Amino acid sequence: MNASAISAAPEAVGRALSQHRRDVRGSLFRVVLLGSLLVAIGILVTLMVDIVARSLPVWGDRGVVDLISTEISADPARAGIWQAFYGSLILMVFTAAIAFPLGIGAAIYLEEYARDTRTTRIINANIRNLAGVPSIVYGLLGLAIFVKLLGGLTGPSVEGRSIISGGLTLGILVLPIVIITTAEALRAVPSSIREGAIGVGATPWQTIRHHVLPIAAPGIFTGTILSLGRAFGEAAPLLLVGGITTFFSTGDAGFIEVLQGRFSAMPVLVFSWARLPQAEFKALTAALIVIMLIVLLLINATAIYLRNRFEKGVTS
Amino acid sequence: MTIPDPRPETRRFEVGHSASIGASKSAEPVFDIDDLSVTYGDFRAVEGITLDIQPSEITAFIGPSGCGKTTVLRCFNRMNDLIESASVEGSIRYHGVNLYGPRIDPVEVRRRMGMVFQKPNPFPKSIYDNIAFGPRVAGHKGNLDDLVEESLTRAALWDEVSGKLAEPALALSGGQQQRLCIARAIATSPDVVLMDEPCSALDPIATLKIEELMLELKKDYTIVIVTHNMQQAARVSDRTAFFTVDVRAEGVRTGRLVEFDDTGVIFTNPREQSTEDYITGRFG
Ligand SMILES: Nc1ncnc2c1ncn2[C@@H]1O[C@H](COP(=O)(O)OP(=O)(O)O)[C@@H](O)[C@H]1O
Ligand SMILES: [Mg+2]
Repeated sequence: MNASAISAAPEAVGRALSQHRRDVRGSLFRVVLLGSLLVAIGILVTLMVDIVARSLPVWGDRGVVDLISTEISADPARAGIWQAFYGSLILMVFTAAIAFPLGIGAAIYLEEYARDTRTTRIINANIRNLAGVPSIVYGLLGLAIFVKLLGGLTGPSVEGRSIISGGLTLGILVLPIVIITTAEALRAVPSSIREGAIGVGATPWQTIRHHVLPIAAPGIFTGTILSLGRAFGEAAPLLLVGGITTFFSTGDAGFIEVLQGRFSAMPVLVFSWARLPQAEFKALTAALIVIMLIVLLLINATAIYLRNRFEKGVTS
Repeated sequence: MTIPDPRPETRRFEVGHSASIGASKSAEPVFDIDDLSVTYGDFRAVEGITLDIQPSEITAFIGPSGCGKTTVLRCFNRMNDLIESASVEGSIRYHGVNLYGPRIDPVEVRRRMGMVFQKPNPFPKSIYDNIAFGPRVAGHKGNLDDLVEESLTRAALWDEVSGKLAEPALALSGGQQQRLCIARAIATSPDVVLMDEPCSALDPIATLKIEELMLELKKDYTIVIVTHNMQQAARVSDRTAFFTVDVRAEGVRTGRLVEFDDTGVIFTNPREQSTEDYITGRFG
Protein backbone atom coordinates (compact mmCIF):
# COMPACT_ATOMS: atom_id res chain seq x y z
CA MET A 1 0.00 0.00 0.00
CA ASN A 2 1.16 3.51 -0.73
CA ALA A 3 2.05 5.41 2.42
CA SER A 4 0.35 8.57 1.21
CA ALA A 5 -2.93 6.65 0.98
CA ILE A 6 -3.16 6.59 4.79
CA SER A 7 -5.17 9.62 5.79
CA ALA A 8 -4.16 11.58 8.83
CA ALA A 9 -7.54 13.26 9.30
CA PRO A 10 -8.73 12.58 12.87
CA GLU A 11 -12.11 11.07 11.84
CA ALA A 12 -10.41 8.82 9.32
CA VAL A 13 -7.83 7.67 11.85
CA GLY A 14 -10.58 7.02 14.38
CA ARG A 15 -12.57 4.98 11.90
CA ALA A 16 -9.54 2.98 10.83
CA LEU A 17 -8.49 2.18 14.39
CA SER A 18 -11.95 1.12 15.56
CA GLN A 19 -12.57 -1.25 12.68
CA HIS A 20 -13.20 -4.66 14.15
CA ARG A 21 -11.57 -7.37 12.12
CA ARG A 22 -13.21 -10.74 12.43
CA ASP A 23 -10.48 -13.27 12.98
CA VAL A 24 -12.48 -16.46 12.35
CA ARG A 25 -9.57 -18.90 12.41
CA GLY A 26 -8.14 -17.35 15.54
CA SER A 27 -11.45 -17.64 17.39
CA LEU A 28 -11.95 -21.20 16.19
CA PHE A 29 -8.48 -22.19 17.37
CA ARG A 30 -9.18 -20.65 20.74
CA VAL A 31 -12.40 -22.64 21.12
CA VAL A 32 -10.59 -25.88 20.19
CA LEU A 33 -7.87 -25.20 22.79
CA LEU A 34 -10.41 -24.42 25.50
CA GLY A 35 -12.29 -27.60 24.52
CA SER A 36 -9.15 -29.72 24.97
CA LEU A 37 -8.60 -28.24 28.39
CA LEU A 38 -12.20 -28.85 29.47
CA VAL A 39 -12.14 -32.48 28.27
CA ALA A 40 -8.91 -33.13 30.20
CA ILE A 41 -10.24 -31.56 33.38
CA GLY A 42 -13.58 -33.30 32.90
CA ILE A 43 -11.99 -36.74 32.77
CA LEU A 44 -9.89 -36.02 35.83
CA VAL A 45 -12.83 -34.75 37.87
CA THR A 46 -15.01 -37.70 36.83
CA LEU A 47 -12.32 -40.13 37.96
CA MET A 48 -11.89 -38.41 41.31
CA VAL A 49 -15.60 -38.12 42.01
CA ASP A 50 -16.14 -41.75 41.01
CA ILE A 51 -13.36 -43.03 43.29
CA VAL A 52 -14.47 -40.92 46.24
CA ALA A 53 -18.07 -42.00 45.75
CA ARG A 54 -17.11 -45.67 45.69
CA SER A 55 -15.07 -45.28 48.85
CA LEU A 56 -17.93 -43.65 50.80
CA PRO A 57 -19.24 -46.91 52.40
CA VAL A 58 -15.83 -47.33 54.08
CA TRP A 59 -15.65 -43.86 55.62
CA GLY A 60 -19.06 -44.48 57.23
CA ASP A 61 -17.54 -46.46 60.06
CA ARG A 62 -13.75 -46.15 59.62
CA GLY A 63 -11.33 -43.28 59.33
CA VAL A 64 -8.11 -42.84 57.36
CA VAL A 65 -5.97 -43.38 60.44
CA ASP A 66 -7.88 -46.54 61.34
CA LEU A 67 -7.34 -47.98 57.83
CA ILE A 68 -3.68 -47.14 57.81
CA SER A 69 -2.97 -48.54 61.25
CA THR A 70 -4.89 -51.80 60.77
CA GLU A 71 -3.11 -54.81 59.34
CA ILE A 72 -4.01 -56.56 56.11
CA SER A 73 -6.68 -59.23 56.50
CA ALA A 74 -8.86 -61.51 54.36
CA ASP A 75 -11.91 -60.35 56.34
CA PRO A 76 -13.11 -57.09 54.81
CA ALA A 77 -14.62 -55.89 58.09
CA ARG A 78 -11.21 -56.04 59.79
CA ALA A 79 -8.91 -55.40 56.82
CA GLY A 80 -6.49 -52.46 56.84
CA ILE A 81 -3.48 -51.42 54.81
CA TRP A 82 -0.76 -51.14 57.44
CA GLN A 83 1.86 -53.43 55.82
CA ALA A 84 1.28 -51.82 52.42
CA PHE A 85 1.47 -48.27 53.77
CA TYR A 86 4.58 -48.99 55.76
CA GLY A 87 6.12 -50.89 52.82
CA SER A 88 5.49 -48.03 50.41
CA LEU A 89 7.03 -45.59 52.87
CA ILE A 90 10.25 -47.59 53.26
CA LEU A 91 10.36 -48.22 49.51
CA MET A 92 10.23 -44.46 48.88
CA VAL A 93 13.06 -43.79 51.32
CA PHE A 94 15.09 -46.54 49.72
CA THR A 95 14.35 -45.30 46.22
CA ALA A 96 15.34 -41.75 47.12
CA ALA A 97 18.51 -42.91 48.86
CA ILE A 98 19.60 -44.74 45.72
CA ALA A 99 18.28 -42.65 42.86
CA PHE A 100 18.92 -39.11 44.19
CA PRO A 101 22.66 -39.21 44.84
CA LEU A 102 23.41 -41.45 41.86
CA GLY A 103 21.15 -39.56 39.48
CA ILE A 104 22.15 -36.05 40.54
CA GLY A 105 25.82 -37.04 40.52
CA ALA A 106 25.57 -38.58 37.06
CA ALA A 107 23.76 -35.53 35.71
CA ILE A 108 26.35 -33.11 37.13
CA TYR A 109 29.11 -35.14 35.55
CA LEU A 110 27.36 -35.33 32.18
CA GLU A 111 26.44 -31.65 32.07
CA GLU A 112 29.38 -29.95 33.75
CA TYR A 113 32.40 -32.17 33.23
CA ALA A 114 31.98 -34.63 30.36
CA ARG A 115 33.25 -33.42 27.02
CA ASP A 116 30.76 -33.38 24.18
CA THR A 117 31.94 -36.51 22.41
CA ARG A 118 30.15 -39.25 20.49
CA THR A 119 30.22 -41.43 23.59
CA THR A 120 28.61 -38.72 25.71
CA ARG A 121 25.89 -38.24 23.12
CA ILE A 122 25.20 -41.97 22.91
CA ILE A 123 24.98 -42.15 26.71
CA ASN A 124 22.61 -39.18 26.81
CA ALA A 125 20.36 -40.65 24.13
CA ASN A 126 20.24 -43.96 25.96
CA ILE A 127 19.31 -42.37 29.26
CA ARG A 128 16.37 -40.79 27.47
CA ASN A 129 15.40 -44.16 26.04
CA LEU A 130 15.68 -45.79 29.47
CA ALA A 131 13.21 -43.27 30.88
CA GLY A 132 10.67 -44.58 28.38
CA VAL A 133 11.20 -48.28 29.05
CA PRO A 134 8.01 -49.88 30.47
CA SER A 135 8.23 -50.42 34.21
CA ILE A 136 7.56 -54.14 33.88
CA VAL A 137 10.94 -54.45 32.15
CA TYR A 138 12.59 -52.96 35.24
CA GLY A 139 10.64 -55.54 37.22
CA LEU A 140 12.15 -58.34 35.13
CA LEU A 141 15.60 -56.83 35.63
CA GLY A 142 15.05 -56.64 39.37
CA LEU A 143 13.80 -60.24 39.39
CA ALA A 144 16.86 -61.50 37.53
CA ILE A 145 19.46 -59.53 39.45
CA PHE A 146 18.27 -58.56 42.94
CA VAL A 147 15.97 -61.54 43.56
CA LYS A 148 17.64 -64.44 41.75
CA LEU A 149 21.31 -63.49 41.52
CA LEU A 150 21.75 -61.53 44.75
CA GLY A 151 18.94 -63.13 46.75
CA GLY A 152 21.42 -64.32 49.37
CA LEU A 153 22.16 -60.70 50.21
CA THR A 154 18.87 -58.93 49.55
CA GLY A 155 16.67 -61.41 51.42
CA PRO A 156 18.24 -64.71 52.52
CA SER A 157 15.13 -66.01 54.28
CA VAL A 158 12.57 -64.95 51.65
CA GLU A 159 14.40 -66.06 48.48
CA GLY A 160 15.38 -62.49 47.69
CA ARG A 161 11.77 -61.26 47.47
CA SER A 162 12.49 -58.52 49.98
CA ILE A 163 11.95 -54.81 50.45
CA ILE A 164 15.60 -54.29 49.47
CA SER A 165 14.97 -55.89 46.07
CA GLY A 166 11.85 -53.75 45.64
CA GLY A 167 13.65 -50.55 46.64
CA LEU A 168 16.61 -51.22 44.37
CA THR A 169 14.28 -51.96 41.46
CA LEU A 170 12.31 -48.75 41.96
CA GLY A 171 15.54 -46.80 42.45
CA ILE A 172 16.81 -47.94 39.07
CA LEU A 173 13.39 -47.30 37.56
CA VAL A 174 13.45 -43.60 38.44
CA LEU A 175 17.20 -43.12 37.95
CA PRO A 176 16.89 -42.01 34.29
CA ILE A 177 14.13 -39.56 35.22
CA VAL A 178 16.26 -38.07 37.98
CA ILE A 179 19.23 -37.74 35.63
CA ILE A 180 17.15 -36.09 32.92
CA THR A 181 15.38 -33.57 35.16
CA THR A 182 18.62 -32.68 36.94
CA ALA A 183 20.43 -32.24 33.63
CA GLU A 184 17.64 -29.98 32.41
CA ALA A 185 17.83 -27.87 35.55
CA LEU A 186 21.60 -27.54 35.11
CA ARG A 187 21.26 -26.65 31.46
CA ALA A 188 18.86 -23.84 32.39
CA VAL A 189 21.60 -22.07 34.39
CA PRO A 190 22.84 -19.27 32.12
CA SER A 191 26.40 -19.79 30.90
CA SER A 192 27.12 -16.13 31.71
CA ILE A 193 27.02 -17.10 35.41
CA ARG A 194 29.57 -19.85 34.86
CA GLU A 195 31.76 -17.42 32.90
CA GLY A 196 31.51 -14.84 35.66
CA ALA A 197 32.68 -17.31 38.27
CA ILE A 198 35.41 -18.88 36.12
CA GLY A 199 36.47 -15.35 35.18
CA VAL A 200 37.28 -14.36 38.77
CA GLY A 201 39.42 -17.46 39.15
CA ALA A 202 37.04 -20.06 40.53
CA THR A 203 37.76 -23.71 39.81
CA PRO A 204 35.08 -25.71 37.99
CA TRP A 205 34.02 -27.31 41.27
CA GLN A 206 33.79 -23.92 43.06
CA THR A 207 31.70 -22.62 40.19
CA ILE A 208 29.34 -25.59 40.38
CA ARG A 209 29.15 -25.62 44.16
CA HIS A 210 28.59 -21.89 44.73
CA HIS A 211 26.71 -20.79 41.62
CA VAL A 212 25.40 -23.54 39.37
CA LEU A 213 23.90 -25.86 41.99
CA PRO A 214 22.16 -23.13 44.05
CA ILE A 215 20.51 -21.81 40.89
CA ALA A 216 19.57 -25.28 39.66
CA ALA A 217 18.45 -26.53 43.09
CA PRO A 218 14.74 -25.63 42.80
CA GLY A 219 14.50 -27.48 39.49
CA ILE A 220 16.48 -30.43 40.77
CA PHE A 221 14.32 -30.78 43.88
CA THR A 222 11.05 -30.53 42.02
CA GLY A 223 12.12 -33.00 39.37
CA THR A 224 13.52 -35.58 41.73
CA ILE A 225 10.63 -35.46 44.17
CA LEU A 226 8.09 -35.75 41.39
CA SER A 227 9.98 -38.82 40.19
CA LEU A 228 9.30 -40.32 43.63
CA GLY A 229 5.62 -39.93 42.87
CA ARG A 230 6.15 -42.12 39.84
CA ALA A 231 7.87 -44.80 41.92
CA PHE A 232 5.12 -44.61 44.53
CA GLY A 233 2.44 -45.57 42.01
CA GLU A 234 4.22 -48.50 40.37
CA ALA A 235 2.67 -51.94 40.93
CA ALA A 236 4.03 -54.07 38.07
CA PRO A 237 7.74 -54.20 38.96
CA LEU A 238 6.93 -54.83 42.62
CA LEU A 239 4.65 -57.74 41.70
CA LEU A 240 7.58 -59.29 39.86
CA VAL A 241 10.11 -58.86 42.66
CA GLY A 242 7.74 -60.30 45.23
CA GLY A 243 5.39 -57.73 46.74
CA ILE A 244 2.71 -59.70 48.61
CA THR A 245 -0.74 -58.80 49.88
CA THR A 246 -1.62 -61.55 52.31
CA PHE A 247 -1.15 -61.07 56.02
CA PHE A 248 2.39 -61.11 57.28
CA SER A 249 3.88 -59.84 60.46
CA THR A 250 6.05 -56.74 60.54
CA GLY A 251 6.49 -57.70 64.20
CA ASP A 252 9.41 -56.34 66.13
CA ALA A 253 12.18 -57.50 63.84
CA GLY A 254 15.36 -55.41 63.64
CA PHE A 255 15.81 -52.84 60.91
CA ILE A 256 17.97 -55.07 58.70
CA GLU A 257 15.56 -57.99 59.09
CA VAL A 258 12.68 -55.75 58.08
CA LEU A 259 14.58 -54.67 54.98
CA GLN A 260 15.46 -58.26 54.14
CA GLY A 261 11.95 -59.50 54.87
CA ARG A 262 8.84 -59.86 52.77
CA PHE A 263 6.96 -56.71 51.89
CA SER A 264 3.82 -55.20 50.52
CA ALA A 265 3.09 -51.84 48.92
CA MET A 266 -0.02 -49.78 48.31
CA PRO A 267 -0.27 -50.15 44.51
CA VAL A 268 0.26 -53.90 44.86
CA LEU A 269 -2.56 -54.06 47.39
CA VAL A 270 -4.82 -52.12 45.02
CA PHE A 271 -4.07 -54.65 42.30
CA SER A 272 -4.87 -57.52 44.62
CA TRP A 273 -8.02 -56.12 46.29
CA ALA A 274 -9.53 -54.94 43.02
CA ARG A 275 -9.80 -58.57 41.91
CA LEU A 276 -11.56 -59.84 45.04
CA PRO A 277 -15.26 -60.68 44.60
CA GLN A 278 -16.68 -59.14 47.81
CA ALA A 279 -18.41 -55.76 47.43
CA GLU A 280 -16.77 -54.58 50.67
CA PHE A 281 -13.35 -54.98 49.06
CA LYS A 282 -14.44 -52.88 46.10
CA ALA A 283 -15.14 -50.04 48.51
CA LEU A 284 -11.90 -50.72 50.38
CA THR A 285 -9.98 -50.56 47.10
CA ALA A 286 -11.49 -47.16 46.40
CA ALA A 287 -10.60 -45.99 49.90
CA LEU A 288 -7.03 -47.21 49.39
CA ILE A 289 -6.80 -45.28 46.15
CA VAL A 290 -8.05 -42.14 47.91
CA ILE A 291 -5.29 -42.55 50.49
CA MET A 292 -2.72 -43.00 47.69
CA LEU A 293 -3.97 -39.80 46.07
CA ILE A 294 -3.55 -37.96 49.37
CA VAL A 295 0.03 -39.24 49.70
CA LEU A 296 0.80 -38.18 46.12
CA LEU A 297 -0.61 -34.75 46.84
CA LEU A 298 1.64 -34.49 49.88
CA ILE A 299 4.67 -35.47 47.78
CA ASN A 300 3.86 -32.82 45.19
CA ALA A 301 3.22 -30.22 47.86
CA THR A 302 6.64 -30.96 49.33
CA ALA A 303 8.20 -30.43 45.91
CA ILE A 304 6.47 -27.08 45.51
CA TYR A 305 7.39 -26.01 49.04
CA LEU A 306 11.06 -26.86 48.53
CA ARG A 307 11.14 -25.12 45.17
CA ASN A 308 9.74 -21.90 46.62
CA ARG A 309 12.12 -22.03 49.54
CA PHE A 310 15.18 -22.49 47.38
CA GLU A 311 14.07 -19.94 44.83
CA LYS A 312 13.88 -17.39 47.61
CA GLY A 313 17.34 -18.38 48.74
CA VAL A 314 18.73 -17.68 45.29
CA THR A 315 17.31 -14.27 44.58
CA SER A 316 17.86 -12.70 47.97
CA MET B 1 53.61 -22.62 39.28
CA THR B 2 55.51 -20.92 36.55
CA ILE B 3 53.22 -17.94 36.01
CA PRO B 4 54.96 -14.83 37.27
CA ASP B 5 53.10 -12.62 39.68
CA PRO B 6 54.14 -9.06 38.89
CA ARG B 7 52.02 -7.66 41.69
CA PRO B 8 54.10 -6.65 44.68
CA GLU B 9 53.37 -8.85 47.68
CA THR B 10 51.50 -6.05 49.43
CA ARG B 11 49.12 -5.57 46.55
CA ARG B 12 48.01 -9.12 46.02
CA PHE B 13 44.91 -8.57 48.09
CA GLU B 14 44.68 -4.91 48.26
CA VAL B 15 43.41 -2.36 45.87
CA GLY B 16 44.28 1.24 46.21
CA HIS B 17 47.84 2.05 45.37
CA SER B 18 49.75 2.24 42.20
CA ALA B 19 51.43 -0.66 40.50
CA SER B 20 55.14 -0.32 40.28
CA ILE B 21 55.31 -1.13 36.60
CA GLY B 22 56.46 1.69 34.37
CA ALA B 23 54.23 3.02 31.63
CA SER B 24 56.66 3.64 28.85
CA LYS B 25 56.51 1.49 25.74
CA SER B 26 60.06 0.37 26.15
CA ALA B 27 58.98 -1.52 29.25
CA GLU B 28 58.55 -5.24 29.04
CA PRO B 29 55.07 -5.91 27.59
CA VAL B 30 52.38 -7.54 29.72
CA PHE B 31 51.24 -9.65 26.80
CA ASP B 32 53.32 -10.53 23.81
CA ILE B 33 51.15 -12.16 21.18
CA ASP B 34 52.82 -13.78 18.23
CA ASP B 35 51.06 -15.23 15.18
CA LEU B 36 47.95 -16.17 17.14
CA SER B 37 45.23 -18.12 15.35
CA VAL B 38 42.01 -19.47 16.84
CA THR B 39 39.94 -22.23 15.30
CA TYR B 40 36.43 -23.34 16.30
CA GLY B 41 36.18 -26.90 15.05
CA ASP B 42 37.08 -26.56 11.35
CA PHE B 43 36.33 -22.85 11.28
CA ARG B 44 39.32 -20.56 11.53
CA ALA B 45 37.96 -17.44 13.25
CA VAL B 46 41.13 -15.35 13.44
CA GLU B 47 44.54 -15.78 11.91
CA GLY B 48 48.04 -14.45 12.32
CA ILE B 49 47.50 -11.91 15.11
CA THR B 50 50.70 -10.33 16.37
CA LEU B 51 50.59 -7.54 18.92
CA ASP B 52 51.77 -6.56 22.38
CA ILE B 53 49.97 -5.07 25.36
CA GLN B 54 51.89 -2.53 27.42
CA PRO B 55 51.51 -2.13 31.19
CA SER B 56 49.25 0.57 32.60
CA GLU B 57 47.83 1.40 29.24
CA ILE B 58 44.40 1.00 27.76
CA THR B 59 44.51 -0.98 24.56
CA ALA B 60 41.34 -0.96 22.47
CA PHE B 61 40.26 -3.59 19.95
CA ILE B 62 37.96 -2.22 17.28
CA GLY B 63 36.58 -3.65 14.05
CA PRO B 64 33.38 -4.88 12.44
CA SER B 65 31.39 -7.52 14.26
CA GLY B 66 32.57 -11.08 13.71
CA CYS B 67 36.18 -10.13 13.12
CA GLY B 68 37.33 -12.01 16.20
CA LYS B 69 37.87 -9.31 18.84
CA THR B 70 36.11 -11.32 21.53
CA THR B 71 37.87 -14.48 20.43
CA VAL B 72 41.31 -12.89 20.81
CA LEU B 73 40.42 -11.27 24.15
CA ARG B 74 39.24 -14.59 25.56
CA CYS B 75 42.63 -16.14 24.80
CA PHE B 76 44.28 -13.74 27.26
CA ASN B 77 42.75 -15.40 30.32
CA ARG B 78 42.17 -18.78 28.70
CA MET B 79 38.42 -18.28 28.76
CA ASN B 80 38.33 -20.09 25.42
CA ASP B 81 39.07 -23.26 27.38
CA LEU B 82 35.35 -23.29 28.18
CA ILE B 83 34.51 -23.70 24.51
CA GLU B 84 35.29 -27.27 23.62
CA SER B 85 35.72 -26.75 19.91
CA ALA B 86 38.15 -23.85 20.29
CA SER B 87 41.83 -24.45 19.68
CA VAL B 88 44.62 -21.90 19.83
CA GLU B 89 47.83 -21.75 17.79
CA GLY B 90 50.74 -19.37 18.03
CA SER B 91 51.90 -17.94 21.32
CA ILE B 92 50.62 -15.61 23.99
CA ARG B 93 53.32 -14.70 26.43
CA TYR B 94 52.33 -13.10 29.70
CA HIS B 95 55.37 -11.44 31.27
CA GLY B 96 57.40 -13.82 29.16
CA VAL B 97 55.55 -17.02 30.07
CA ASN B 98 53.66 -18.96 27.41
CA LEU B 99 50.05 -19.00 28.71
CA TYR B 100 49.25 -22.07 26.64
CA GLY B 101 52.30 -23.93 27.86
CA PRO B 102 51.81 -27.48 29.11
CA ARG B 103 52.17 -26.83 32.84
CA ILE B 104 50.05 -23.67 33.09
CA ASP B 105 47.01 -23.79 35.40
CA PRO B 106 44.25 -21.71 33.79
CA VAL B 107 42.72 -20.96 37.20
CA GLU B 108 45.96 -19.28 38.28
CA VAL B 109 45.98 -17.31 35.01
CA ARG B 110 42.43 -16.05 35.60
CA ARG B 111 43.22 -14.93 39.13
CA ARG B 112 45.68 -12.45 37.64
CA MET B 113 43.16 -11.11 35.14
CA GLY B 114 39.76 -9.65 35.84
CA MET B 115 37.16 -9.99 33.11
CA VAL B 116 34.12 -7.81 32.40
CA PHE B 117 31.59 -9.15 29.95
CA GLN B 118 29.39 -7.60 27.30
CA LYS B 119 26.19 -8.16 29.23
CA PRO B 120 26.42 -7.41 32.97
CA ASN B 121 26.40 -10.83 34.64
CA PRO B 122 26.29 -10.38 38.40
CA PHE B 123 25.70 -13.54 40.40
CA PRO B 124 22.12 -13.85 41.67
CA LYS B 125 23.38 -13.18 45.19
CA SER B 126 23.87 -10.16 47.39
CA ILE B 127 26.03 -7.22 46.32
CA TYR B 128 28.51 -8.15 49.03
CA ASP B 129 28.77 -11.78 47.96
CA ASN B 130 29.33 -10.79 44.36
CA ILE B 131 32.50 -8.96 45.32
CA ALA B 132 33.60 -11.37 48.04
CA PHE B 133 33.39 -14.52 45.92
CA GLY B 134 36.66 -14.07 44.00
CA PRO B 135 38.81 -13.24 47.04
CA ARG B 136 37.17 -16.08 48.98
CA VAL B 137 37.98 -18.74 46.42
CA ALA B 138 41.50 -17.37 46.14
CA GLY B 139 41.89 -17.92 49.89
CA HIS B 140 41.82 -14.28 50.97
CA LYS B 141 42.88 -13.99 54.59
CA GLY B 142 42.45 -10.29 55.41
CA ASN B 143 39.36 -8.27 56.17
CA LEU B 144 36.74 -8.99 53.53
CA ASP B 145 34.52 -6.05 54.51
CA ASP B 146 37.33 -3.61 53.82
CA LEU B 147 38.14 -5.29 50.54
CA VAL B 148 34.50 -5.11 49.44
CA GLU B 149 34.34 -1.43 50.33
CA GLU B 150 37.60 -0.65 48.53
CA SER B 151 36.61 -2.52 45.41
CA LEU B 152 33.22 -0.82 45.26
CA THR B 153 34.84 2.55 45.87
CA ARG B 154 37.33 2.00 43.07
CA ALA B 155 34.45 1.02 40.78
CA ALA B 156 32.66 4.28 41.69
CA LEU B 157 29.71 2.38 43.10
CA TRP B 158 30.23 2.59 46.84
CA ASP B 159 28.19 5.75 47.38
CA GLU B 160 25.21 4.21 45.64
CA VAL B 161 25.21 0.83 47.40
CA SER B 162 26.96 1.30 50.75
CA GLY B 163 23.71 1.00 52.67
CA LYS B 164 22.41 -2.08 50.89
CA LEU B 165 25.25 -4.53 50.55
CA ALA B 166 22.99 -7.41 51.56
CA GLU B 167 20.47 -6.67 48.84
CA PRO B 168 20.34 -8.73 45.66
CA ALA B 169 22.72 -7.53 42.96
CA LEU B 170 20.05 -8.12 40.34
CA ALA B 171 18.00 -5.28 41.81
CA LEU B 172 20.60 -2.76 40.59
CA SER B 173 20.27 -0.88 37.30
CA GLY B 174 22.18 -2.07 34.24
CA GLY B 175 24.92 0.52 34.63
CA GLN B 176 25.26 -0.22 38.33
CA GLN B 177 25.40 -3.94 37.60
CA GLN B 178 28.24 -3.40 35.14
CA ARG B 179 30.17 -1.32 37.68
CA LEU B 180 29.52 -4.10 40.18
CA CYS B 181 31.06 -6.52 37.67
CA ILE B 182 34.06 -4.22 37.39
CA ALA B 183 34.35 -4.12 41.18
CA ARG B 184 34.12 -7.91 41.19
CA ALA B 185 36.87 -8.10 38.57
CA ILE B 186 39.28 -5.90 40.55
CA ALA B 187 38.48 -7.41 43.95
CA THR B 188 41.00 -10.18 43.35
CA SER B 189 43.69 -7.52 42.74
CA PRO B 190 44.41 -8.55 39.19
CA ASP B 191 47.26 -7.34 37.04
CA VAL B 192 45.08 -6.94 33.96
CA VAL B 193 41.43 -6.10 33.37
CA LEU B 194 39.86 -7.47 30.20
CA MET B 195 36.64 -5.82 29.07
CA ASP B 196 34.47 -7.10 26.24
CA GLU B 197 32.20 -4.29 25.02
CA PRO B 198 31.41 -3.35 28.62
CA CYS B 199 29.11 -0.50 27.64
CA SER B 200 27.15 -2.03 24.79
CA ALA B 201 24.14 -2.72 27.02
CA LEU B 202 24.25 0.65 28.77
CA ASP B 203 22.78 4.10 28.25
CA PRO B 204 25.07 7.07 27.44
CA ILE B 205 25.30 8.34 31.00
CA ALA B 206 26.22 4.94 32.40
CA THR B 207 28.69 4.59 29.53
CA LEU B 208 30.35 7.86 30.45
CA LYS B 209 30.68 6.72 34.06
CA ILE B 210 32.38 3.52 32.99
CA GLU B 211 34.75 5.41 30.69
CA GLU B 212 35.79 7.72 33.52
CA LEU B 213 36.28 4.65 35.63
CA MET B 214 38.54 3.06 33.03
CA LEU B 215 40.77 6.12 32.92
CA GLU B 216 40.96 6.01 36.70
CA LEU B 217 41.73 2.28 36.81
CA LYS B 218 44.41 2.55 34.18
CA LYS B 219 46.74 3.98 36.81
CA ASP B 220 46.86 0.60 38.50
CA TYR B 221 45.85 -1.92 35.91
CA THR B 222 46.64 -2.83 32.36
CA ILE B 223 43.35 -2.70 30.48
CA VAL B 224 42.30 -4.29 27.24
CA ILE B 225 38.89 -3.24 25.98
CA VAL B 226 36.88 -4.47 23.03
CA THR B 227 34.50 -1.85 21.76
CA HIS B 228 32.29 -1.30 18.75
CA ASN B 229 32.11 2.36 19.67
CA MET B 230 34.93 4.22 17.91
CA GLN B 231 34.48 7.43 19.86
CA GLN B 232 34.93 5.35 22.97
CA ALA B 233 38.18 3.89 21.67
CA ALA B 234 39.36 7.39 20.74
CA ARG B 235 38.36 8.81 24.14
CA VAL B 236 39.86 6.23 26.46
CA SER B 237 42.54 4.17 24.77
CA ASP B 238 46.26 4.73 24.42
CA ARG B 239 46.69 2.28 21.60
CA THR B 240 44.19 0.81 19.20
CA ALA B 241 44.17 -2.43 17.25
CA PHE B 242 41.95 -2.45 14.19
CA PHE B 243 40.69 -5.87 13.11
CA THR B 244 38.82 -6.75 9.99
CA VAL B 245 37.31 -9.84 8.48
CA ASP B 246 38.30 -11.28 5.11
CA VAL B 247 35.59 -13.11 3.25
CA ARG B 248 37.07 -15.75 1.03
CA ALA B 249 35.44 -17.18 -2.09
CA GLU B 250 33.87 -20.13 -0.25
CA GLY B 251 32.19 -17.70 2.12
CA VAL B 252 34.62 -18.47 4.96
CA ARG B 253 35.17 -15.41 7.13
CA THR B 254 38.49 -15.08 8.87
CA GLY B 255 39.46 -12.19 11.08
CA ARG B 256 42.86 -10.55 11.00
CA LEU B 257 44.66 -7.60 12.51
CA VAL B 258 44.98 -4.75 10.03
CA GLU B 259 46.76 -2.10 12.00
CA PHE B 260 47.95 -1.55 15.54
CA ASP B 261 49.30 1.79 16.66
CA ASP B 262 48.89 4.71 19.02
CA THR B 263 45.25 5.69 19.13
CA GLY B 264 46.09 9.15 17.83
CA VAL B 265 47.75 7.70 14.76
CA ILE B 266 44.93 5.23 14.06
CA PHE B 267 42.31 7.94 14.23
CA THR B 268 44.12 10.75 12.44
CA ASN B 269 46.71 9.25 10.20
CA PRO B 270 46.19 5.51 9.65
CA ARG B 271 48.56 3.65 7.40
CA GLU B 272 45.95 1.41 5.81
CA GLN B 273 43.13 2.55 3.58
CA SER B 274 40.71 0.03 5.17
CA THR B 275 41.38 1.49 8.62
CA GLU B 276 40.58 4.95 7.37
CA ASP B 277 37.41 3.70 5.67
CA TYR B 278 36.26 2.09 8.89
CA ILE B 279 37.14 5.07 11.08
CA THR B 280 35.33 7.48 8.80
CA GLY B 281 32.31 5.24 8.60
CA ARG B 282 32.62 4.27 4.95
CA PHE B 283 32.76 0.61 5.88
CA GLY B 284 31.25 -1.98 8.27
N1 LIG C 1 31.80 -20.57 20.38
C1 LIG C 1 31.95 -20.39 19.05
N2 LIG C 1 31.85 -21.44 18.20
C2 LIG C 1 31.98 -21.27 16.87
N3 LIG C 1 32.22 -20.11 16.29
C3 LIG C 1 32.34 -19.02 17.07
C4 LIG C 1 32.21 -19.10 18.49
N4 LIG C 1 32.38 -17.86 19.02
C5 LIG C 1 32.60 -17.05 17.97
N5 LIG C 1 32.59 -17.73 16.81
C6 LIG C 1 32.82 -17.19 15.47
O1 LIG C 1 34.09 -16.60 15.42
C7 LIG C 1 34.05 -15.39 14.69
C8 LIG C 1 34.55 -14.26 15.56
O2 LIG C 1 33.64 -14.04 16.58
P1 LIG C 1 33.88 -13.00 17.75
O3 LIG C 1 35.21 -13.22 18.31
O4 LIG C 1 32.73 -13.09 18.69
O5 LIG C 1 33.84 -11.64 16.95
P2 LIG C 1 33.64 -10.14 17.49
O6 LIG C 1 33.77 -10.16 18.96
O7 LIG C 1 34.70 -9.36 16.80
O8 LIG C 1 32.29 -9.71 17.03
C9 LIG C 1 32.61 -15.19 14.24
O9 LIG C 1 32.51 -15.64 12.90
C10 LIG C 1 31.83 -16.08 15.15
O10 LIG C 1 30.70 -16.58 14.49
MG1 LIG D 1 32.38 -9.64 20.45
